[in-house]
Amino acid sequence: MAESTIIAARRVDLPPERLVHMYRQMLRIRHFEEQVDLLFQAGRIWGTFHLYIGQEASAVGAIEVLEPDDYITSTHRGHGHSIAKGASIPLMMAELRGKETGYCRGRGGSMHIADVEAGNLGANGIVGGGIPIATGAALACKKLGNGRVVMCFFGDGALAQGAFHEAVNFAAVFKLPVVYVCENNQYAMSMPVARGLGSTDITVRAAAYGLPGVSVDGNDVLAVYEAAKEAVNRARRGEGPTIIETRTYRWRGHSKSDANRYRTKEEIEAWKQRCPIRRFGSFLEGLGILTPVDRDRMEREVEAEIQDAIAFADSQPDPDPAQLADGVYA
Amino acid sequence: MREITYAQAVREALAEEMRRDERVFLMGEDIGVYGGAFGVTLGLIDEFGPERVMDTPLSEAAIIGAAAGAAVLGMRPVAEVQFSDFLTIGSDQLVNQAAKMRYMFGGKARVPMVVRTPAGSGTGAAAQHSQSLETWFMHIPGLKVVAPATPYDAKGLLKSAIRDDNPVVVFEHKLLYKTKGQVPEEDYTVPIGKAAVRREGIDITVIATSIMVLRSLAAADRLAEEGISVEVIDLRSLRPLDAETIVKSVCKTGRAVVVHEANKFAGFGGEIVGTIVESEAFDYLDAPVVRVAGKDVPIPYNPHLERAAVPQEEDIVAACRSLMRQSPRWRALA
Repeated sequence: MAESTIIAARRVDLPPERLVHMYRQMLRIRHFEEQVDLLFQAGRIWGTFHLYIGQEASAVGAIEVLEPDDYITSTHRGHGHSIAKGASIPLMMAELRGKETGYCRGRGGSMHIADVEAGNLGANGIVGGGIPIATGAALACKKLGNGRVVMCFFGDGALAQGAFHEAVNFAAVFKLPVVYVCENNQYAMSMPVARGLGSTDITVRAAAYGLPGVSVDGNDVLAVYEAAKEAVNRARRGEGPTIIETRTYRWRGHSKSDANRYRTKEEIEAWKQRCPIRRFGSFLEGLGILTPVDRDRMEREVEAEIQDAIAFADSQPDPDPAQLADGVYA
Repeated sequence: MREITYAQAVREALAEEMRRDERVFLMGEDIGVYGGAFGVTLGLIDEFGPERVMDTPLSEAAIIGAAAGAAVLGMRPVAEVQFSDFLTIGSDQLVNQAAKMRYMFGGKARVPMVVRTPAGSGTGAAAQHSQSLETWFMHIPGLKVVAPATPYDAKGLLKSAIRDDNPVVVFEHKLLYKTKGQVPEEDYTVPIGKAAVRREGIDITVIATSIMVLRSLAAADRLAEEGISVEVIDLRSLRPLDAETIVKSVCKTGRAVVVHEANKFAGFGGEIVGTIVESEAFDYLDAPVVRVAGKDVPIPYNPHLERAAVPQEEDIVAACRSLMRQSPRWRALA
């Protein structure tokens, strides 16, 4: 655990309002996830979900680089990517409640939230399953010559999937405009990376495909941003894919059923000390961009936004079983 | 009308659809200069170039997944999986991704992609290059599955598949590639989900796909000499299934034989039998419905064993004769 607890001093080439926006996006993810957990405990969300708490800097730092018409693919732990890509929180909440007006008309739930029109090609219930999809989307972007790029998120567990190897090699061969973002949250469910991977060095893997690979502090939103910026620029220039590793940590269990038997409270606490939101907030205070009062106010605004989304979802209709088969075929 | 081979018919469909729609492109292993393992795409790279006739790495999951990802963005990829056995390697992308994307996303995505793949035994390629796995994929809501028997249908169904907004899996039997048939030069399509009555008859309905249609027709010729009149239905599409044509025919004949190359256990014959007995045709049955299918073994190498593993013309003839002997009218005559 060599990560710093502060944001490294660096030249910040983003205007203050962008930085504040990024901070707000991280807060929105954090509060959304906390409320999802509470709603589940209260029996108002069922099924399963995978909380992104602790990893917010990864999604926000990377997606902030994208243009609105660029694409992402996400994972089973996908709420953060959706929010960072600009998803409507009320529609996400409606989907988690299984409502007809949710993103997937209640057919998908947490693991399948998508908004193709807005460039979110979907969360995914299969570890590594989105990597070939992202690669194909990048192939389409290249063929269409539309200048767009695809950002493909997956976890450290997906590095052990065959789909990762096949798709990354494929993208390398055709120099596709895709950025692979491996969010290393240290565990593939209960398997620590050091036990589940022959090599934990992402740059070694990238080199094997002839690609640049970079590993960054995934709890430092600006470090993620900088790495993603370089990778996205490279992709847009037609120079092909990059693999980025964001080193981060999930605070909560893998899913709702996780009793955390495979790690210690001390380890979790140590990572909480490097909370990506607190670090970025302190950094912005240090620059004089935010005051403690601003931060409190933003927290309350975001809390209210999430509560409004919960109320919206409450008011929405369930899908009609008579329309069960809608959407199987076009 | 001119006659061309099944392989030429497939190639023409690909070429014409690529000329017609610039979103259509091909991806697969060795489909460029090599022309594909069975020569189906030979020469296409000369007209359309390597951007539209893409030689890919040996990566079925990447090929099928990339097709799905490109399709969601509006392209119309046609992926070739070199042997249908290799669908297993890419099946997560087909079954969990492409097939379900639209439904999972609340009906808000389109996945207009085609997977073409050579299937079946008869070439001595043994257990990992000879299977008939169509039942695996017809079981999956969200996929369409076709298995054309003639050059005319190979071209017309492939064109329909390319123009369809859903993932379609096209099983092409290797032994059919060199068969010839009449194919018009002008543009036409064959609708997905419509069976064809290849031969009319009154005693038995034989229901088949792909190469088994040819064997069933040959069997019907022989049975006709014995006074048994066989109606042969070529399903052409397995999903969606043309239940109406099957039921109507069985209501007429009162006897049904389902023929498929895939091994019998949990093969699509069970689905066809279920379709018949759940329908009004049940009341017209004069005999049990019979399945003539592959033996429940991996396809063996030795040519005598390989032949014995899958239905041949004589197996269909024998099944039909036996069925006639069981039925009340013929027992009364005897």
